[in-house]
Amino acid sequence: MAKGVWIVAEQRDGAFRKISFELASTARKLADVLGEEVCAVLCGSGIEGIAGQLGKYGVDRVFVADSPALEPYTTDAHAAAVAKVVKENDPAILLLGASTQGKDLSARLVGKLVTGLATDCTDVKIADGKLLAIRPMYAGKCFGEVVFSTFPQMASLRPNVFPAVENAKAGAVVKFDPALDAGQLKTKVLEVQKDTSGKADLTEANMIVSGGRGMKGPEGYAILEELAAVLGATVGASRAAVDAGWRPQSDQVGQTGKIVSPNLYIACGVSGAIQHLAGMSSSKIIVAINKDAEAPIFTKADYGIVDDLFKIIPEFTQECKKLLA
Amino acid sequence: MNIVACVKQVPDTEAQIKVKPDGSGIEEGGIKWVMNPYDEFGVEEALRLKEKNGGEVTIVNVGPARAMETIRTALAMGADKGIHICDPAFDGADAFATASALAAAIKGIPHDIIFCGQRAIDDDSGQVGAILAELLGIPQITVVTKFEFAGSSVKVIRPIEGAQLLIECPLPCLVTAQKGLNEPRYASLPGIMKAKKKPVDVKDAASLGVTVTANARVAKFIPPPARAAGKIICGDDPATKARELARLLREEAKVI
Ligand SMILES: Cc1cc2nc3c(=O)[nH]c(=O)nc-3n(C[C@H](O)[C@H](O)[C@H](O)COP(=O)(O)OP(=O)(O)OC[C@H]3O[C@@H](n4cnc5c(N)ncnc54)[C@H](O)[C@@H]3O)c2cc1C
Ligand SMILES: Nc1ncnc2c1ncn2[C@@H]1O[C@H](COP(=O)(O)O)[C@@H](O)[C@H]1O
Repeated sequence: MAKGVWIVAEQRDGAFRKISFELASTARKLADVLGEEVCAVLCGSGIEGIAGQLGKYGVDRVFVADSPALEPYTTDAHAAAVAKVVKENDPAILLLGASTQGKDLSARLVGKLVTGLATDCTDVKIADGKLLAIRPMYAGKCFGEVVFSTFPQMASLRPNVFPAVENAKAGAVVKFDPALDAGQLKTKVLEVQKDTSGKADLTEANMIVSGGRGMKGPEGYAILEELAAVLGATVGASRAAVDAGWRPQSDQVGQTGKIVSPNLYIACGVSGAIQHLAGMSSSKIIVAINKDAEAPIFTKADYGIVDDLFKIIPEFTQECKKLLA
Repeated sequence: MNIVACVKQVPDTEAQIKVKPDGSGIEEGGIKWVMNPYDEFGVEEALRLKEKNGGEVTIVNVGPARAMETIRTALAMGADKGIHICDPAFDGADAFATASALAAAIKGIPHDIIFCGQRAIDDDSGQVGAILAELLGIPQITVVTKFEFAGSSVKVIRPIEGAQLLIECPLPCLVTAQKGLNEPRYASLPGIMKAKKKPVDVKDAASLGVTVTANARVAKFIPPPARAAGKIICGDDPATKARELARLLREEAKVI
């Protein structure tokens, strides 16, 4: 019988990504309902030393594959390693992050393990001893409750939605041999160009200050950058701003951009087209600043200001500076 | 070169999605159906590859009868032929079942490069490309914003959180397209006329020898949680409003 709640932990350059702790805590909650164990799989090179940190968030055992072939991440190597250890141990539930890496890996694993996956879930629970996964569909225009008929029951969790809670368990390290066959490793990472801004990616950001066509041009974003610097936020954009060439593609929020769920989303000069709302309506607190009181963004906003953003933002930045000083 | 592009038919992004009262699905009445926007990037890249290097582009779809229109759109853009896997058994099929059907159809034809969208904007699952690659036993590179064909391999850019990766992969392989990859062309009028005569092979589950699974199934569709009505902040001047907003975010919402 399939048993246990497993996670695939994610690390980069020897440091855990925050999602790993979110996964561990969530797995712990599910496992406690089932009365089962939480295990993590950790793949990389020279990472054995960090494995124990997962214990702090409720992991009983960490299966570690340590090999130069596992760094940097490639689908070929990681999918082979994770599939091997999962097949050997037959967990009931397998959780991954809905990060770029987790999405890539989880889908490949569905093929290898011949099972089912609910992507980008915003809630998971146990119902009648089985996993019930809740996920936005149609970019959040509706939600689906997903049930499974095969094992492992797989779900990827949206970053920033599930809390990481300390709950110390053993975090015992179990080494395993990923048995990688060099002939199977087809893809090669030739270059990693790191973004040097030091800003959190929109999908992982705690706060987002987003600008639309109302910013008037690329120069308009200077006031948003300033506000973002004060708050420690990441700057986002509507598609209109991206298509106009004011902001890079990677800044686009929406149905054909990034789906985000920060604690605070401040939309400035964004009308709130359905495709934009689809990408940000799972944000915890939404603020809209728009001079048009009829703009649809106000239907989603917790707080709204109807005024010229070029007058409001600089004042608001000053206020935040004072409050956070 | 033999190029395959998988296309799905989905509701237009403008569509308001209404859940059926019994939660069994969404109301399809009044929906305008279009090609999944990410698949447009895949078809465009396939066509550019063919135009530069010669070869043929085959469009593959799993979908109901109406999805033929989306296949014709891809043919009108310039693809050569289509395979339409049309069987009511696939209604409500999961990603594994869809990928199995695509794999069965694609196994029967030569394929050097396969393009999919990085996700379909209806189910938002982003799984089918990777499962398909696994079932065909070929490597995948997902969410690609730049594609270059280099003889016997491809070089692509894949953005991840905080970095861009330059990845090389030998053929055959599967690539999933992200916005930014290219600007998809519109079908021209002559293209639309020509598309009508291009061959589309229609198949069902039995003729492909696939069984339709539902390993993960949406048991219930639910409307999104309603948001409580927001507060419009009033005040005599911008400074007053800005101060009140900062206060509310700190004291009431406790987010700053
Ligand atoms: C297939 C498809 C996919 C799409 N995907 C996305 C997506 O992923 N993300 C996305 O964002 N859009 C997407 N769109 C585009 C979407 O439909 C809208 O066109 C776009 O979101 C509008 O951007 P905007 O709000 O910046 O511009 P507008 O709609 O032009 O709104 C600008 C707003 O700024 C306000 N404003 C102007 N000046 C000021 C000022 N000085 N002070 C305060 N307010 C001011 C105006 O009142 C207005 O409300 C998509 C469209 C299609 C067809
Ligand atoms: N029914 C389908 N027919 C053809 N291609 C599909 C189908 N479903 C998904 N795909 C392909 O797989 C991609 C990802 O879809 P999904 O996993 O459903 O988000 C899409 O962009 C398509 O390229």
